[in-house]
Amino acid sequence: MTTSTSLVYLIALPLLGATVLLLAGRRSDKWGHLLATALSASSFGVGLYQLSQMLARPTEERAVTQKLFSWINVGTFNVDAGLLLDQLSICFVLLITGVGTLIHIYSISYMSHDENRRRFFAYLNLFIAAMLLLVLGDSYLNLYVGWEGVGLASYLLIGFWNQKPAYATASKKAFVMNRVGDMGLSFAIMIAFATLGTVSFSGVEEASHTASKAALTAIGIMLLVAATGKSAQFPLQAWLGDAMAGPTPVSALIHAATMVTAGVYLIVRSNFIFDAAPTAQLLVVIVGAITLTFGALVGTAKDDIKKALAASTMSQIGYMILGAGLGPAGYAFAIMHLLTHGFFKAGMFLGAGSVMHGMNDQVDMRRYGALRKFMPITFATFGLGYLAIIGVPPFAGFYSKDAIIETAFNAGGVKGILLGSTALLGAAITAFYMTRVMVLTFTSKQRWEDNQHPHESPLLMWAPMAILAVGSVTTGFLFTRGDALVHWLSPVVGEHAEGENLLLQPIVVSGLALLAVAIGVAIAIMKYQLSEVDAIAPHDVSVFTRIARKDLLQDSFNEAVFMRPGQALTSLLVKGDQNVVDGAVRGIGRTALGAGSVLRKTQTGFARSYAALILIGAIVLIAGIWVVTQ
Amino acid sequence: MEFTAPVLNYAQLAPILIVLGGALIGVLIEAFAPRASRHSSQLFITIASLVAAFAALVRVRNQASVDAAMGSVAFDGAGVLLQGSILIIALLSVFLIADQENFTALAAAVPGSSEERESLQRDLRVTEVYPLTLFAVAGMLLFPLSSDLITLFVALEMLSLPLYLMAGLSRRRRLMSQESALKYFLLGAFSSAFFLFGVAYLYGYSASITFAGIQSSVIGGSGNDVFLLLGIAFISVGLLFKVGAVPFHAWSPDVYQGAPTAVTGFMAAATKVAAFGAILRIYYVAFANAQWQWRPALILIAIVTMVFGSVVAIAQRDVKRMLAYSSIAHAGFLLAGVIALSKSGLDASLFYLFAYGIATVGAFGVVTLVRDSAGEVTDLNRWSGLGKRSPLVASVFAFFLLAFAGIPLTSGFIGKFSIFSAAYESGSTWILISGVLSSAIAAFFYIRVIVLMFFKDPVEDGTSVVIPSALTLTTIVVTSAITLLLGVFPAPLITFIESSAFFIR
Repeated sequence: MTTSTSLVYLIALPLLGATVLLLAGRRSDKWGHLLATALSASSFGVGLYQLSQMLARPTEERAVTQKLFSWINVGTFNVDAGLLLDQLSICFVLLITGVGTLIHIYSISYMSHDENRRRFFAYLNLFIAAMLLLVLGDSYLNLYVGWEGVGLASYLLIGFWNQKPAYATASKKAFVMNRVGDMGLSFAIMIAFATLGTVSFSGVEEASHTASKAALTAIGIMLLVAATGKSAQFPLQAWLGDAMAGPTPVSALIHAATMVTAGVYLIVRSNFIFDAAPTAQLLVVIVGAITLTFGALVGTAKDDIKKALAASTMSQIGYMILGAGLGPAGYAFAIMHLLTHGFFKAGMFLGAGSVMHGMNDQVDMRRYGALRKFMPITFATFGLGYLAIIGVPPFAGFYSKDAIIETAFNAGGVKGILLGSTALLGAAITAFYMTRVMVLTFTSKQRWEDNQHPHESPLLMWAPMAILAVGSVTTGFLFTRGDALVHWLSPVVGEHAEGENLLLQPIVVSGLALLAVAIGVAIAIMKYQLSEVDAIAPHDVSVFTRIARKDLLQDSFNEAVFMRPGQALTSLLVKGDQNVVDGAVRGIGRTALGAGSVLRKTQTGFARSYAALILIGAIVLIAGIWVVTQ
Repeated sequence: MEFTAPVLNYAQLAPILIVLGGALIGVLIEAFAPRASRHSSQLFITIASLVAAFAALVRVRNQASVDAAMGSVAFDGAGVLLQGSILIIALLSVFLIADQENFTALAAAVPGSSEERESLQRDLRVTEVYPLTLFAVAGMLLFPLSSDLITLFVALEMLSLPLYLMAGLSRRRRLMSQESALKYFLLGAFSSAFFLFGVAYLYGYSASITFAGIQSSVIGGSGNDVFLLLGIAFISVGLLFKVGAVPFHAWSPDVYQGAPTAVTGFMAAATKVAAFGAILRIYYVAFANAQWQWRPALILIAIVTMVFGSVVAIAQRDVKRMLAYSSIAHAGFLLAGVIALSKSGLDASLFYLFAYGIATVGAFGVVTLVRDSAGEVTDLNRWSGLGKRSPLVASVFAFFLLAFAGIPLTSGFIGKFSIFSAAYESGSTWILISGVLSSAIAAFFYIRVIVLMFFKDPVEDGTSVVIPSALTLTTIVVTSAITLLLGVFPAPLITFIESSAFFIR
């Protein structure tokens, strides 16, 4: 395989930024954000250079590796800290550094009034470095380091305004729930090591041809657990809504475009495991289908613009997981949807940030309305993202989501019909709640107080939004033209296999999807554009609305099933520790103390009694030896 | 009777001779140099001769012979390691001794007399301590290399006599210091008598005073076993007295408390290395084949020692007495290495001795820093809250305590682990069980001190931590660095010991 020496700069540049900004402290307040942005942009430059190099090589030699150092070398177990850049990771590298740089630029303006802006940029750089390590690691262990790194950066950024206790709690919640998933990843690595004897991607792929199905299924399920944690999938989805406590650029970059898609990357990267373990693969599609519906339903009831978008993110990642669970037919589409989603969702989050910027940080959509006139650019860019996400041709989401729905329908048998219908239903609900967001924010009647003065955001903020909007429009078309992305990824994820007997022809699926979207849009327009909307959320609503507003009771469920029994168990253990363990320890201590107090009386201070003791000791010693000898 | 000149291998004896030479120069300085220049010149001579001795030792480190001095001194790998440890520990201790605040102005002055007041007013310095230290070091260097009983006895007295004097040099609480010195001397003389008695019996048994001669008699089995038994028992009394094993330990808490702290550190660390070196050699070489006779008794002594030291340490209120009992417990742990009677037991003992010696010097170095207007504060109650006022000093002390307790990432853990596994391999399960149990008890009082320092409120009675002199600081930094290093990267030293430690016969 081709080797390269410049891969490490991808990671080293943003890492350098984080180090300098954190170590230099307040001294770098003046220029820290510029340095961080420049380093992120240079990393993007290195990524583009790598892409051009890669394109110049024939297909089979496109992947490059770089060995950094020998990390673990114990007996037969060797792990090198090594990087692998192939057709799959280059997509991520460009997405992370490209969108990441745009969001750096946006944040210069968005965070300009925050006295801790430098620290914010340090964390952003740290995140970029960790995320790049995640997608560039050449083994599960190296991936794990990046995996934990993005978890840390996410924690730090969600709690960036930790002076508010609710935000600090949100970051803790995200961290704790992610730990559950991380444990899955570490178990997967341990099982891989125990059963396959290796943890590198190439090694595991090779071993997967001969390994037992049970082992591969176990690894696959544990990887899925990891993916559900990081990508906010059912049943570990509850943290994502609260994660919106972080500054909006963070929501755009980490909790929409990049980090939360790491689970999808993990599954697609481990395609060889899931292809050989159908049970694990089935679980993947089930998780994806449940989450895409779950997120969409939650999205219909949210009045907080960021939480509505977060629910939508959850739902869209559900689509990607579903696609990834469909095997070789779906991997490329999952990645395609991931990339298009990276553009339109990041764009919409930045748009939401722009709206909040103009509305004194108001996030309640019931307090918006008619902002189209005041923020034309935001309206336009957000609108393009909106058209992309609901899947209107020729915008990006149409191509990628349609492909997933179509593949789901053609998965075969009852399974295919169930999955396809779920995906179709999800598309309808998506159209409904996104139209609701659009209408409530931009086109319905004005519902804000007169003391608000909505205004358009400065150039540094709208320029990144505009660039992302261009991506929302064009990427879908570019990726599907001549099946470009499918062919590009096939060396990594296997040849794209399409069933012989299609249940539904592509054109039929597209028609159905468009019909679903039209229905969803129509209902939303009737409900919100054509009728009055209360500025305060009404209370006399149906039980379903109430449940949806409470995130389908996800927190109540977690509290009842995990938190309270966990607390009970913990307090039981504490009691056990206090009474049994501490009791025993204190008992030994007290006994020893008592014995010590008695024994120290032998220390009289008189030399004569010490000498007597020596004499007695000598006699006992002689007697002892005598007894043994006889 | 014909009288032949002895043939000496000067290169191998050089470390001992250099230290002795330094001591003699020190005596001359005391006699002739003006008072004002004595301290600096003595310090220079002492450090220079210790360093030179170490260099001389490094030069001959790979040599081995039974004939360094007419069969009286065995020069071998284990001996080199022991001598090296003693020299390093001695050098670090001298840095502590150089802080003259701890020493009396005029040792000869009667406490409370006008002579004492005058000497204090004139700000005299007791510089005799340097040549005394060097004489003791020379004895310690010879002790573990002695391969006949007479040389062993001479070395024992050579290291003991200066220590008796040094114990009485404390600047404050002089009566207590002198009392402890006298006790040490009386009991030391008493145990030396036992030792000599044992020498006589062993000569009666084997008609030889060399270890090799005794060993061949034991193998031959021709002698009178009662003589052998009495000889081993009496010699053991003399040697076990030096390391403070129960029931021959009674002197050590009083002496540790009474002696100037720097001297206590030196005595506790270096004497233990030297005495255990001698014990290892005599049991591994001369008595090895009589192990069925002495091992059960020694196992009993080891168990009693470790349990007694750990248990009584809990009840102590004085930090120096607590460290004394801790050193008694450690003597018990070290006896496990003697009982193992194997190569791995020897390796583990040598590692343990070095690690323990270094940590001990460091711990006593920290003790010298905690003072009030009347000198050092050793009452543990007054150490409470030290961690809040002087977090760094308290942390370093806590680190040494953790090393004594054998917590991982300190040298103590590696030492305890290797010595107990060596004892277990040799079949001494009881040693292992009581060793682990008494380690648990010992951890209780070490951690109690840590709790006292960090989790109790400070007492407002003028106790404070002085800024250490450069030399004291060097000692504390070096000892804590070594303790940490041996805990994290013990492999190089362990490999070195494994490849070079052996007793020549």
